[in-house]
Amino acid sequence: MEDILLLNTIERYLEGRMLEEEKNFFEELRTSNPAIDQMVVEHKLFLQQMDEYAGVKNFRDSIHTIHSKLSANGEIRNTEAPEGFTGKVVQLWHRYKKVTAIAASIACITALFISALAMYFSPANKSQLERLSRDIAEIRKSQIQTNNTLKEVAKPKIPKGATLKTSGTAFLIDGKGFLITNAHVLDGSGAIIVDKDGKEYNSKILSVDHASDLAVLQIDDKDFTPLKSLPYSIRRNQPDLGEELFTLGYPRDEIVYNMGYLSAKTGYKGDTSSCQLSLTANPGNSGAPVFNKNGEIVGIITTKQAQAIDVVFALKSNNIFRMIDSLKNIDTTYKNLKLPTSTSLKNMDRVSQVKKAENCVFLVKAYNN
Amino acid sequence: MGYFYPSTGIKSTQVKGDPNEQVLLKALANNDSKAAETIYKDNFNMVLAFILNNNGSYDEARDIFQEAMIALYQKAKSDSFVLTSQIKTYVYSICRRLWLKRLQQLGKTTNGIENFEAIAVEDDVEIHERRNAELGIMDRALNSLGEPCKSLLEAFYIERKSMDQIALLFGYTNADNAKNQKYKCLMRLKKLFFSQYNIGE
Repeated sequence: MEDILLLNTIERYLEGRMLEEEKNFFEELRTSNPAIDQMVVEHKLFLQQMDEYAGVKNFRDSIHTIHSKLSANGEIRNTEAPEGFTGKVVQLWHRYKKVTAIAASIACITALFISALAMYFSPANKSQLERLSRDIAEIRKSQIQTNNTLKEVAKPKIPKGATLKTSGTAFLIDGKGFLITNAHVLDGSGAIIVDKDGKEYNSKILSVDHASDLAVLQIDDKDFTPLKSLPYSIRRNQPDLGEELFTLGYPRDEIVYNMGYLSAKTGYKGDTSSCQLSLTANPGNSGAPVFNKNGEIVGIITTKQAQAIDVVFALKSNNIFRMIDSLKNIDTTYKNLKLPTSTSLKNMDRVSQVKKAENCVFLVKAYNN
Repeated sequence: MGYFYPSTGIKSTQVKGDPNEQVLLKALANNDSKAAETIYKDNFNMVLAFILNNNGSYDEARDIFQEAMIALYQKAKSDSFVLTSQIKTYVYSICRRLWLKRLQQLGKTTNGIENFEAIAVEDDVEIHERRNAELGIMDRALNSLGEPCKSLLEAFYIERKSMDQIALLFGYTNADNAKNQKYKCLMRLKKLFFSQYNIGE
């Protein structure tokens, strides 16, 4: 019983639960009685050991819990197929999966890098730019309808057995029947011209310049009545930033009007031969004339940026002069060709401007026979 | 047995510890289970891979890893503790050392596959093992005590229950009687403990 009392006292002393007076008395006792002093030291050590034991035991329990929790959640691996059942391949896989993973990632990264390089260096208009000519599949769909309406007017002019390739827009640069369109529209061996009322005319492809993406056509049909003069002119100088623009084209089988503005003086990646417009254009608008508010042609719609909305590029109109001038030098066919230099559309309202201009804008259908 | 410790695998220069990891270890020392969980999650798969690659099983990997966690916990708790490397490197090195020792005892050899560069932790492992041996004395003493003394002392010292709770739990009429019983048990435990634990060491 005395021992228990003593133990209790020592414990209270070590835990600092003694009053000042009692503590002083006990410390005196410790100094005078070596046996008690020894017991205090011993008990202190014992309590330390017990404390550490308890700490480690609790910690061990807690990490057991953590292990079960993490492996149940799949946050750490929770199985390893027993050794006896794993085949050689599985063992090899276990051993080399890191290496395999690294090799696979390197292969992956290399492949991505190469395809990125290829994309970067390939011609821009393949990925970033869309040409605005309509392709065959789409035309076929609407061809039936077109033909139905055409039958009433006249016999179709497309030779029998020919297949339609692309379509786009062309416009007159001379009342005698000379037209300008995009070179990429004429993806075939021949082309017919359709006016806004659906009337078809045969035509000749006179010249195709793929470098500037321009082509000259001539209407070669007795049904065509030449125009004395064109209502619009073609502008020689550069268009101005912010200038209000409109266009007429054939994204459908019917003429479509759209308007916008000049948003940059250069085209795709700083190309100075073209400019950037902000307006809506769709496949079929290729070759469409771009007019300013005075009825001067300032450009020809060619492409649009693939991943952007309403970013359209147009070839500047001075390219027409350059092309016709160079053709005049080498070919006498163009001797009588005279580009329009004055506009009669100035100071007219838009509806009247369109009414006059639409007679000179045609649908081009290129075919292969 | 130099065979087990290829000199290339041991890095003698120690890397300075990361302050974030210092905070994590402080939390670990304060029995923050979130910290223990983080360290567990970040390192277990690495150790598992090492042991599986070197003739070990999943259960052996778990035991070794938990042993290393305890070594880290004890190290973090000690006053003189300084983190001289990344936790990952430290845990890996401890596990590597413990596992190589275990293989040596079993007379097996390693496949020599290393996931990481290890640092020298021989001293730490030795300290950890000595402490384990001391705790083993306490464990044996407690287990040879018999009931109800064992449960009573565990309730007080390990589960840290109050004397009132213990009285209620064990069916003593009051806390004083429970306390009386606890001291009796404690005296027996101390006798058993000190019969093995040499205070002079």
